[in-house]
Amino acid sequence: MTALNSKLIRRPIQRYVWLFLLPTFAAFCVGFLYPFFKGFYLSFCKFRITKDATFVGLENYKIAFSDSSFLYSFAYTAVFAVVSLLIINVFAFIVAYILTQNIKGANIFRTVFFMPNLIGGIVLGYIWLMIFDGFLTRYNTAVVLETKYGFWGLIILLCWQQIGYMMIIYIAGLQAIPEDMMEAADIDGATKWQKLWKITIPNMMPSFTICTFLSLTNGFKLYDQNLALTNGRPFTGTGADQIKTTQMLAHNIVEAFYASARNRGPGQAKAVVFFILVAGISVAQLRFTRSREVQQ
Amino acid sequence: MKKESRKKLVMSIIMAFISVIYLTPIFLVLMNSFKTNDSINMDTFAFPSEETFVGWANYIKGMTFGNYPFANSVAYSFIITVASTGLILICCSMAAWYIARVGDKVCNLVYYLCVFSMVVPFQMVMFTLSRTADSLGLNTPWTIPIIYLGFGAGLAIFMFVGFVKSIPLEIEEAAAIDGCGPVRTFFFVVLPMLKPTLISVGVLEIMWVWNDYLLPYLVLDRNKHMTIPIHIQYLRGSYGTVDLGATMALILLSIIPVIVFYLLAQKHIIRGVAAGAVKG
Repeated sequence: MTALNSKLIRRPIQRYVWLFLLPTFAAFCVGFLYPFFKGFYLSFCKFRITKDATFVGLENYKIAFSDSSFLYSFAYTAVFAVVSLLIINVFAFIVAYILTQNIKGANIFRTVFFMPNLIGGIVLGYIWLMIFDGFLTRYNTAVVLETKYGFWGLIILLCWQQIGYMMIIYIAGLQAIPEDMMEAADIDGATKWQKLWKITIPNMMPSFTICTFLSLTNGFKLYDQNLALTNGRPFTGTGADQIKTTQMLAHNIVEAFYASARNRGPGQAKAVVFFILVAGISVAQLRFTRSREVQQ
Repeated sequence: MKKESRKKLVMSIIMAFISVIYLTPIFLVLMNSFKTNDSINMDTFAFPSEETFVGWANYIKGMTFGNYPFANSVAYSFIITVASTGLILICCSMAAWYIARVGDKVCNLVYYLCVFSMVVPFQMVMFTLSRTADSLGLNTPWTIPIIYLGFGAGLAIFMFVGFVKSIPLEIEEAAAIDGCGPVRTFFFVVLPMLKPTLISVGVLEIMWVWNDYLLPYLVLDRNKHMTIPIHIQYLRGSYGTVDLGATMALILLSIIPVIVFYLLAQKHIIRGVAAGAVKG
């Protein structure tokens, strides 16, 4: 890359570093770098505001991992992420497959399915809360009264929001499959099912990778929808043993910061664990994609 | 051949049916925003009847509900979204051009830090970020775009660098030989060529900032400034008895700009989202 650059271009640009690079880098320091490293350091401290921090080593991590609500939300989030991943991707692929079969009105359907993706999480939560409660009220119950309603409610909400999004990625993948492969299969007398399993799906592997990891990280990072739909309700237990049975990981972390104002250390420690988890998934995705590229 | 086309027609009909179901939630919001609270609670799926129809009452109530005018939230949402997106597009495209064309060790370091920032969830930085924003006075709608620029720079720079690297250097060399300085080269030669990526990144940033809840909630002074998501959450979260009708009216008002934006720029939105997903 550098070798290609002529001095004609490079030198003069370098004189303008204060104009091109510095403003963005300064904002990047304020908006990301400093908070990130400070946050990492604070996860080893007892603190309420950033100025009264005292170093306590791994104490916060011990507190975090002995916090039953944290462990519960961890497990709940993992189950949620996997279930939503499977449902969203199966439906998104089926819809994408049908819409690429030259059917009438495909563009309109695509427009409709993608639309919910533009609505924000908080608004989505309240729209579906109204719908679920309008339905459940006939049976004298409500979303916030039972864990299973909260769980499947959030799954339905997320499907509505994200099937269209994943569908777009699958459609792009389906349209990229070389036409001549299909023609060759036709000449050899392959059936529709054979073409689907032997040509379409193997060629779609990159799209599957992207969508699987995207829905996995989306599931883990879910916050707004969780807050608006159930806000963790229903609760079981009392005091320190209280568990919010539909609380997800991100929600648990935010609460650790802002509900217990005494010591925010454990909250920051949870956030670091959360970061390692999400970053780990992303690195795994990168490796997975890379190794596939080498094979091809 | 005939059997094939009949199959496709059946598929079209099934898809049309699913599309209608898909749009039902929006329709329910529209319908319920004209009904009384009791009717929304008990007969969510019923059309407004003569007793339950309240006209624009929910909208009028919603606009002034909770001691904070909804119009202010809408205005702040617009200001923050437009300013943040504009700032990110200009600053990040400039930075990305510098990184791609200079390409020394500092540039590589900044680039990898940006890529790294893309995998960091907001909860990791939220507390320290909101404190930093407070102490630097970045907690108003006019200054919060700097925070968005900082936290959102990663994806934008990543996408811009990828595109700049695909632009042939000869065009810029020709501009330089003709006596163009770097500033003019960037704004009159490079920036116009970046247009497709500018649109893609712009779409992603608009969708992010407009719908973002937690960042403005933590950074802004909530007594003075709210955005639409904060306003809606505030109405639902802090009142014992929730006014469902007013909430539905506000939800509908907040979806309308989104749908208009979507219908106007659908092609770009879908392309931008696909580009962001494949890369990010």
